[in-house]
Amino acid sequence: MKDVMGVINVSSKSGDLLGALTGPRCIASVPFGSKYRLVDFVLSSMANSGMQNVAVFTREKYRSLMDHLGSGRSWDLSRKQDGLIILPPHTLDAPSLPDFDLNSFFAHRDYFDRSSQKTVVVAAANIVCNIAFKEAVRYHQEKGAEITVFYSERVAAAGGMPRLCLELDERGRVLAITEKEKQPENSSILLEIYILSKNLLLELAEKNLHNGGTDLLTGVIMPNLRRFKVYAYLLERYTAVIDTIELYYRHSMELLQREIWEELFFFPGLIHTKIKDEPPTRYLKGSSVTNSLLANGCIVGGTVENSILFRGVKVQPGAYIKDSIVMQKCEIGTGAVLNRVILDKDVCVSPGQTVSGTAELPLVAEKRKII
Amino acid sequence: MVKEKECVAMLLAGGEGRRLGFLTKELAKPAVPFGGKYRIIDFTLSNCTNSGIYTVGVLTQYKPLILNSHLGIGIPWDLDRKEGGLTILPPFVQEKGGKWYRGTANAVFQNLYFIEQHRPRYVLILSGDHIYKMDYSLMLKYHKEKEADVTIAVIEVPWKEASRFGVLNTDGDGRIIQFAEKPKQPLSNLASMGVYLFNRRILGKYLKKDDKNPLSRNDFGGDVIPLMLHEGCRMYAYRFYGYWKDVGTVESLWEANMDLLEPEPALKLDDHSWRIYTVNPSQPPQLLTATASVEQSLVSEGCTVAGTVRHSVLFTGVRVGEGSLIEDAVIMPYVRIGRNVQVKRAIIDENTVIKDGCRIYDDRTGAAPQIILVEENMIIQENTFINS
Repeated sequence: MKDVMGVINVSSKSGDLLGALTGPRCIASVPFGSKYRLVDFVLSSMANSGMQNVAVFTREKYRSLMDHLGSGRSWDLSRKQDGLIILPPHTLDAPSLPDFDLNSFFAHRDYFDRSSQKTVVVAAANIVCNIAFKEAVRYHQEKGAEITVFYSERVAAAGGMPRLCLELDERGRVLAITEKEKQPENSSILLEIYILSKNLLLELAEKNLHNGGTDLLTGVIMPNLRRFKVYAYLLERYTAVIDTIELYYRHSMELLQREIWEELFFFPGLIHTKIKDEPPTRYLKGSSVTNSLLANGCIVGGTVENSILFRGVKVQPGAYIKDSIVMQKCEIGTGAVLNRVILDKDVCVSPGQTVSGTAELPLVAEKRKII
Repeated sequence: MVKEKECVAMLLAGGEGRRLGFLTKELAKPAVPFGGKYRIIDFTLSNCTNSGIYTVGVLTQYKPLILNSHLGIGIPWDLDRKEGGLTILPPFVQEKGGKWYRGTANAVFQNLYFIEQHRPRYVLILSGDHIYKMDYSLMLKYHKEKEADVTIAVIEVPWKEASRFGVLNTDGDGRIIQFAEKPKQPLSNLASMGVYLFNRRILGKYLKKDDKNPLSRNDFGGDVIPLMLHEGCRMYAYRFYGYWKDVGTVESLWEANMDLLEPEPALKLDDHSWRIYTVNPSQPPQLLTATASVEQSLVSEGCTVAGTVRHSVLFTGVRVGEGSLIEDAVIMPYVRIGRNVQVKRAIIDENTVIKDGCRIYDDRTGAAPQIILVEENMIIQENTFINS
């Protein structure tokens, strides 16, 4: 895998996908699963697969992402040779180039030129999975594919969210990619993860410049399925694509299922994240916590059911949290009740307050709000 | 040229910890896990970095493999530095042959060259065996104010325990006038914490002197400190009032873990101004299932709990099956506990598997129940009863 580099593309189109959660930050740094940020899953997969050179392409609201990634040490990517690099918009080219992913790659062509790797894995930042890229690259090579796209038969059909469905021949070559509002059970849904050679990627980026550039998927892959040998790689493991607040909530809650917890977090590698040095979580006398996921550093005195607590959350005795997601350093006062809510970081719920969402939509409280 | 440092710490981490039984079979005492995610040495190392001491020599000798891999190049404590940082100092071979470290003073004596390299004004001698949070910079300030040759950190201990420690008496100004290492008849209950702050030149002088004495056991408390007192050095006691525990025995290790479960623990682990750092294992968040019940406990990441946990400490990656009861226990990393198991007043060491239906507790009536210690990497078969 020394010859494969990773590109994590934080699409500009994902800017406001998750409403209040993507208000202060880009999709890649949305907190997920009690202690992670969305980008941790693809990034850890790349690092665990032995990729030594990973670039994160960002467009906007990337302060928290840079803070989170740091030097890449948490993923063992703080390297003299290669390692992790964050590539914000290129100031020389960017103003004149429309915002397409191929244009961003073109703007940073120096980075690609200087990298010794010949194969590139391009992935979106909002895919929650634990991937062995080695197998996928082997598949790409064995098929003699020019482009390999990933797909899953387990991705949730989001209400109203159109998904791209694949039609394949018996050898796995992609015949058609069509957008479907409603997807039948177990349909082959495209994931924004691609494998191709670095030369092809740069060639495509340059060639499309004259007409203002385009996106790799919609502008190159989809219209050229006959021209290029595009194969599809089935990702069999648990996979979630987080692109609406409903899906964010639903997939978060899936982590409470022990089989999914086991499947996602341990194999083929552990998911790494920024180290926070929190002590173990402390359960006080009288606390009652069931069917919940908790990070370190929490102090729990109250009752927590079917919920997810991030690092450093304080739940006072007498507080009641149900079906909710409570992010880092929130404080829930005595007698407060939370039901189907998502609290962003540093939210403080005063004693005795009740906050609830509806069956259709959880309520989202933005960062640092005092309720 | 190496920049001059004000203070260099020498951390003695070669302790065998014989009274910890199985727990130190494969590792040195400073590497024994503590408090749900830490190892004992993390407290001293975190104290160093939190006190602004960034040059730390760690003297290792006994079974150093786990300790060495834990320490690495000091990244978790921010001690990976171009200037100073963390240096592991094992015994080594010289022109005239190699020598094991014979005692605490000899270990530092053999590494005087390391201290000279950094040319500090002060040298802090620490032990990696104790659980406490202490700001050494305040002790250094005191040391300078008193213009002392050496300052010894002391803490008041119960009289009945005083004979386990080096105890001392001071005059009204805090100057040490009497010192006795582990006396049968303690003359005071002010115990030395094994934290010594020396002027570098004085330290060098007395370590050389001590080395020339064939009768010396080359121990700081037993030999060097009494010699300095005898020769009239300016020696001061620095009073420490916080939590401090020597976890030298199975009982005290268990007790120190239980201390963390008090409603207002004397040793606060969640104090952000004085964090305790350790190696992060990248384990997922802890999962408590629908049948879980956890109270008055510390639980770390990577655990899954389906049973009942009361007044216990669960380290990283522990699994507790349905119907099981864990009470007053310390469960070390990656222990797997099956269904309908009962564990009370016990320490279960790393990676051990306890299968369904086992009972582990002292059921004898009469005498105070004993702490039961289950060795690491064991597989305890179904329905086994361990009561001693």
